[in-house]
Amino acid sequence: MNLTPSQDGAFMKLTPSQTVGPFFSHALPYPHDWELVPPGHAGAIMLTGLVLDGAGEPVPDALLELWLGRTGDRGALVRGDGEVSGFGRCATAPDGSFRFRTVRPEGAYLSLQVFARGLLRSLLTRVYLEDRPDPLLDGLEPERRGTLIATGSGDRYRFDVRLQGDGETVFLDF
Amino acid sequence: MTHPPYLSPGYRSTILRAPARPPVAFRSDPDAIELTGPVFGHDEVGSLDSDLTRQHAGEPLGERISVTGRILDSAGRPVRGTLVELWQANAAGRYAHERDQHPAPLDPNFTGAGRCLTDEDGRYRFVTIKPGAYPWRNHHNAWRPAHLHFSVFGRAFTERLVTQMYFPGDPLMPFDPILQSIPDEPARQRLVSAFSMELTEPEWSLGYSFDIVLGRTPMEPS
Repeated sequence: MNLTPSQDGAFMKLTPSQTVGPFFSHALPYPHDWELVPPGHAGAIMLTGLVLDGAGEPVPDALLELWLGRTGDRGALVRGDGEVSGFGRCATAPDGSFRFRTVRPEGAYLSLQVFARGLLRSLLTRVYLEDRPDPLLDGLEPERRGTLIATGSGDRYRFDVRLQGDGETVFLDF
Repeated sequence: MTHPPYLSPGYRSTILRAPARPPVAFRSDPDAIELTGPVFGHDEVGSLDSDLTRQHAGEPLGERISVTGRILDSAGRPVRGTLVELWQANAAGRYAHERDQHPAPLDPNFTGAGRCLTDEDGRYRFVTIKPGAYPWRNHHNAWRPAHLHFSVFGRAFTERLVTQMYFPGDPLMPFDPILQSIPDEPARQRLVSAFSMELTEPEWSLGYSFDIVLGRTPMEPS
């Protein structure tokens, strides 16, 4: 349908979300998409994990997007040598695993968005690299707090996304 | 309600993937990084990336179409310079994807993936071919209506949208659990493009229009 903005800028009807489906890998991934920083970059960390469904089975056809939250940061679809970006994308492997090489965020957390077959709308969550006082974390039920905190230290961190059931990751509604 | 619920049992894959807990409302932090998003530049999106009929040596089979529309925010303002990604099956209903096993032919002249940036009016435009319907294994005799997949960034990570565009008059739409997962008929209709004689080019291609309105960024008054 063709919508025309109203003259007074009144609230417009939003476009509904639909699933990314199973067949995006010829379209959305791009070379070095999971590398926000190149190998050997000062302060680089590896963030890896699994995406799991409600039966605890790996999700082999999810797409994750990581955002560092630096205003104006480039998405960098074409990543040349040494290119640094605030945005990364990683399709999960057949075993449900994903990986990002990134730097630490300036604040407490990184933003992670999850797309998959069977998800009619993307899911937005946060990866905190350490537990600390935080307006979001402090408002959660204590037993769910840990779902947003990566394990690990130094330059290696692990963060699993549990879509449903035991240990279900906290997802955010803005 | 605009968006489909995560759990829509008619679409079988939602049953083990829909979160059981409602998302946690979070509205109090103007510094939340989700209120920003990545930007993309013209140096990383080629001028031919938006023409899916010119990515190979020959032309793809199928009905040539153009699809254009505007990306708007919830106040109706154009979202300028934002990245729009599009992907689709070929005219026979087959994706150029290793796991698509539908016994329909691949087209060596069609990958089915494109990108563009919106212009100063928030407008995007793609040239492609109309995709075919295809079967899937959700239930007995399940067929997806012809559709284009769209991915839009917007200005904030909270505005990020992946959706599908359908074609007017497609008889499969009432039977499709993915489209029908949207509870409200008017909202479903917002995913159906409009055929436009004005956008149709004589002796060349049929034209469709499809506007996309992104969600409100949380710090804006509604």
